[in-house]
Amino acid sequence: MSAQPQAQEMIAQGRRIGEVLLSVEEVSLSFGGVNALTDVSFEVREHEIRAIIGPNGAGKSSMLNVINGVYHPQKGTIRFLGQPRHDVDTHEAAAQGIARTFQNLALFKGMNVLDNIMTGRNLRMKAGLLAQAIRFGRAEREELEHRAVVERIIDFLEIQAYRKTPVGRLPYGLQKRVDLGRALAMEPRLLLLDEPMAGMNVEEKQDMCRFVLDVNDQFGTTIVLIEHDMGVVMDISDRVIVLDYGKKIGDGTPDEVRGTQAVIDAYLGVSH
Amino acid sequence: MKRHLPIIILIAALLAGLAAPLATGASAPGFFVEVLLGGLMAGVLYSLVALGFVLIFKASGVFNFAQGAMVLFAALSVARMAEVMPLWVAALLGVGIMVLLAIVVERVVLRPLVNQEGVVLLMATLGVSYFLDGFGQSVWGSDIYEINLGLSKAPVLILRNVFQGGILINKDDVAAAVVAVLLVVALALFFQKTATGRALRAVADDHQAAQSVGIPLNRIWVIVWSVAGVVAVVAGMMWGSKLGVQFSISQVALKALPVVILGGFTSIPGAIIGGLIIGVGEKMAEVFLGPVMVRTFDLAGGGIENWFAYVLALLFLLVRPEGLFGERIIDRV
Repeated sequence: MSAQPQAQEMIAQGRRIGEVLLSVEEVSLSFGGVNALTDVSFEVREHEIRAIIGPNGAGKSSMLNVINGVYHPQKGTIRFLGQPRHDVDTHEAAAQGIARTFQNLALFKGMNVLDNIMTGRNLRMKAGLLAQAIRFGRAEREELEHRAVVERIIDFLEIQAYRKTPVGRLPYGLQKRVDLGRALAMEPRLLLLDEPMAGMNVEEKQDMCRFVLDVNDQFGTTIVLIEHDMGVVMDISDRVIVLDYGKKIGDGTPDEVRGTQAVIDAYLGVSH
Repeated sequence: MKRHLPIIILIAALLAGLAAPLATGASAPGFFVEVLLGGLMAGVLYSLVALGFVLIFKASGVFNFAQGAMVLFAALSVARMAEVMPLWVAALLGVGIMVLLAIVVERVVLRPLVNQEGVVLLMATLGVSYFLDGFGQSVWGSDIYEINLGLSKAPVLILRNVFQGGILINKDDVAAAVVAVLLVVALALFFQKTATGRALRAVADDHQAAQSVGIPLNRIWVIVWSVAGVVAVVAGMMWGSKLGVQFSISQVALKALPVVILGGFTSIPGAIIGGLIIGVGEKMAEVFLGPVMVRTFDLAGGGIENWFAYVLALLFLLVRPEGLFGERIIDRV
């Protein structure tokens, strides 16, 4: 993968947190009269695993969708790699190096595992339409190169046996892996995971945790994830953001956040 | 595939049951085969128009009412341009015009209406349809024009040894069938084997996920409308050479509607097979069922050909609304 030299250097030195990769500054998002996000600010540093937690309806998915370019916030700025962005669309965010997985699987049901992951290489395909159609020279070479990258991802995610299986036939846990694989195929700078462990059993969760940590460790990919399983969040993330009713009520290392009164209140309720 | 099998068998049995005894009763198997072939040829043309519908519906969820008008517009353009240049140049230019049209439609109609209700987009394409009908006539004229594919119109007699009296077959019908098959194969290869085809399939499956891997919807829409435009050029040239290029092409193309209901809105093989079933079905019904009905009910005449397709589509809507090959419609309640 393209981040390889960097990644190797990192493994040699052990994991380290880098510069600010993404900064969200006073972002507000509303749908009609409903405020989904109110003045939320935080930053994500390179190579870190950043979790967003909060009760249902706290605005976690909205936040992810803002970063991803699905929603355009009414107020606030988002800087990616130091550059402020204005109303980028999802495919433009993807071109900048932001990949994501989905809470409710959004795989391409008509395709097999290999093709699903190959779509992640779409942005890196340069050959023209006509060249592709006749599989001429560069197009053929490109397809093979991308195929090689995808095969490495398939090996990494341990789904070799299902390469040609239509994704709809796979069990849920494996579908989640394919979803992750498709995002990884983009070789993203920033990987957004929307509840990667939702609906999984304990073993599947352990596998997924391992993959997330390995992605971060081996490829140096920065990860922002939403997760409900507190055990998972506290174990794997470097820093945690807590949202409640669209507002940020906590931000810090898992230990710091755990002790914050506002967070405890949001999760357990307050007696009036 | 397995779940489709009983339905396919059912349809085949229905058609056979309808036609076979009557045909043998007519004791002219040669004539039966002739009608069958005639139906298949008409069916191929229905399939081509239906293919345009399905391509656009799959990739953008838009039910493109303008497909018939696109066929007419393409046919008119090619016919008029062919008067002053070789046909193949006119056909290539015709493709260029349809690509241009795709770009304009995306920019002027689809992009401003993105995320609107399906019915809004349907109305928009209805508008496009009427605009194209009128615009085509303003630019190219409203007479009946010819497209001459350079094949002799004289029917050829084949299989003389098999059937008594042989079978009459038109050369341009055969050419149409061959071209249609080539086109479908080319489209299948394009969809299955190229990166762009993969991107198109991705968009058809899930818009949001496709965008998240960096596939720009706008470009994909231009591509599918262009492909549908190319299909329209081919269909327009075939229809045009058979019937002459005239306004009624736009109406005949409406037959593609029952075809896609039969085959399923999202299935390319469905469009092909649906077209063939309707083509054969209506010819069979007209030739063999018509006289029986006239005798039994003392009717004035045939005309079955005109409504057969729609009645068959209605039956399908009742028993299998997703069509032969469509995705099963499952709504969460």
